Amino acid sequence: MELIRLENITKTYHLGEVDVPVLKGVSMVINRGEMVALTGASGSGKSTLMNILGCLDRPSGGKYWLDGEEISRLSSNQRAMVRNKKIGFVFQSFNLLPRTSALDQVMMPLTYTAAHLPEKEARKRAVALLERVGLGDRAHHEPSQLSGGQQQRVAIARSLINNPPLLFADEPTGNLDSKTSKEILNMFQRLNEEEGITIILVTHDANVAAAAKRTIRISDGLIEAGAFGEGAADHADMPDAGGAGPGEAKPADAKPAEVGAS
Amino acid sequence: MRTAIRTVQTALRALRRNIMRSALTCVGIVIGIAAVIAMMEIGNGVSTLNQRAIASLGANNLAIYPGQAASGGVSWGAGSVMTLTPQDCEAIARECPAVRAAAPEVRTGGQVIYQNKNWVPMTITGTTPDYLSVREWPMEEGACFTDQDVRNTGKVCIIGETIKRELFAGEDPIGKDLRLANVSLKVVGILSRKGASMFGSDQDDVIIVPWTTIKFRISGKYQAPSAGAGAGAASGNAINSLSNLYPNNQVALYPAQSAVQAADTPQPIRFANINSIMAAAASSHEIPLAMKQISALLRERHHLRDNEADDFQIRDMTELMNTLASTTQLIGNLLLIVATISLVVGGVGIMNIMLVSVTERTREIGLRMAVGAQSRDILRQFLVEAVVLCLAGGVIGIALGRGSSTLVRALLRWPTAVSVPAIVASVVVSASVGIVFGFYPAWKASRLDPIEALRYE
Repeated sequence: MELIRLENITKTYHLGEVDVPVLKGVSMVINRGEMVALTGASGSGKSTLMNILGCLDRPSGGKYWLDGEEISRLSSNQRAMVRNKKIGFVFQSFNLLPRTSALDQVMMPLTYTAAHLPEKEARKRAVALLERVGLGDRAHHEPSQLSGGQQQRVAIARSLINNPPLLFADEPTGNLDSKTSKEILNMFQRLNEEEGITIILVTHDANVAAAAKRTIRISDGLIEAGAFGEGAADHADMPDAGGAGPGEAKPADAKPAEVGAS
Repeated sequence: MRTAIRTVQTALRALRRNIMRSALTCVGIVIGIAAVIAMMEIGNGVSTLNQRAIASLGANNLAIYPGQAASGGVSWGAGSVMTLTPQDCEAIARECPAVRAAAPEVRTGGQVIYQNKNWVPMTITGTTPDYLSVREWPMEEGACFTDQDVRNTGKVCIIGETIKRELFAGEDPIGKDLRLANVSLKVVGILSRKGASMFGSDQDDVIIVPWTTIKFRISGKYQAPSAGAGAGAASGNAINSLSNLYPNNQVALYPAQSAVQAADTPQPIRFANINSIMAAAASSHEIPLAMKQISALLRERHHLRDNEADDFQIRDMTELMNTLASTTQLIGNLLLIVATISLVVGGVGIMNIMLVSVTERTREIGLRMAVGAQSRDILRQFLVEAVVLCLAGGVIGIALGRGSSTLVRALLRWPTAVSVPAIVASVVVSASVGIVFGFYPAWKASRLDPIEALRYE
């Protein structure tokens, strides 16, 4: 069952008089329960795509279905609501609030949704999540008292507080040493396998990408490989399933890449 | 409701993260509000003192004079008919709620003699003990005569400083007898110094006597025989036992009526007239009300029809009242200016810090937006932070202001008073300062682009 479906997404930035096309027609599908790595060199449009996928930004053209809802035309406030309910974010630099206890960090996103959730319930849920990421005994520590790996785990717990179906990890191991990176990636894998959460790892590191089951590679505003998963045949109905967009030059490219990824 | 609590909690948490800076930011508001509260309360004290001083000049006093008579187009001037009675005065004191006290005045003049000295006082007033309360005139020594003395036409008096100086050089006047128009009056008290009146006359050159004594013992001889006899006879019924002191009152002008005659021709009772009534309004604000009440009461008592003119006049001390109003106004305006300046300064401080805070917390804002905060949530959060800062400053300021005014009261003995409106206004003003000066930073925060905010270094 598909969770994300992009159809011919374009994004153009207007810098003064010049139009800079960053995404030139991206189409792809990500199914529920998948763990996908989004890779690409810097400047490839990877971050822009991630922003659009994460509902932080709005595409200039094309359509984006998330969980069966067309959201490419939503206003910024509506997108905020979608982010709150359906998407969890984990960042490279953790983005924890300074001088705030881990428990409060985890409960923070609830401020913006579950106004109906009683304080006690919220606390219980946050503690459970902290225990799941192995920080049950650190609930009252502040970021400065936690190691990088622990901080990232707090961030993961925070991203899960609203039970989102989709988790975005933007270079989640970029600030961590290799051992901790492995732990964090294991945690993502476990979340993916045990909870069935769809995870998108945004990275330029091949080792990190290897933790995912599928890799979507972006280059120069187009998907180079991995736009559709194993069930690619199911998506033959997509108008431009073969081609990656108006850059029709690469239908041949796309197909083999898919195969390679699976 | 829960959202509100949570927003406030979030704001408190955010402010606690930078407790030192939050405290320093508050200082501006604290000083502003403390200044306002202290100035208001101390200012209230000062203006109470001021009001008392002016009130003792007689600003709250109302003088009620009888009306004028006219015959053939010739006016006889104010006081030419005697329409006021002591009962009018009692009724005013009793029935007008806006009147604090009222006392009748009966005036006379003449020489006073003590041993080998004599003096002609500026004023010899006959009245009741309430007079001192009306004039806010405390005793220096001894006590005022009593209501009993008034009823008994007691031969007692109280004197002002000047009389004491002129007649009793060096002696203690209390208990001594002085003579006024050949009636000896025992001095029972000495008035405190009041100084010159607004128009330069010496107010201490005064002898105050029960009004019945003036009326029936002193000016009874003084007045033209017919008028004096009439007045004496009319009121003489009440004080029959004393009338044998006055030979002229013993002269029977009319043959005594038999009981039948009296029943056939009932004579209207004539009251003793008084020259004027002094009344004191409960406060300077209530002067117009007091005038209205007195006027209504006297019209009723004098049985005046709607189309008839008043047979009395009420005068207030407009000039003094204006002075009073303008000084109070002046103090109020001064306080307002000080308060406004300090609150604006405090508010700009808040705005400054909130702007810094928004810049510093750009990533936090980005994160909050990423996890689903809408722009209005961010706006609300920063606005609430600013308001919480200001309110905290306001509360501390109120405490500080109250403290300093208490200190002033303890040390300087100024009658400072808790000013509830000032406290309410401070809370409202500090909250609105928070909203006004917190709005721009909060708005700026809410307009941030989450992508850029997240990436902000």
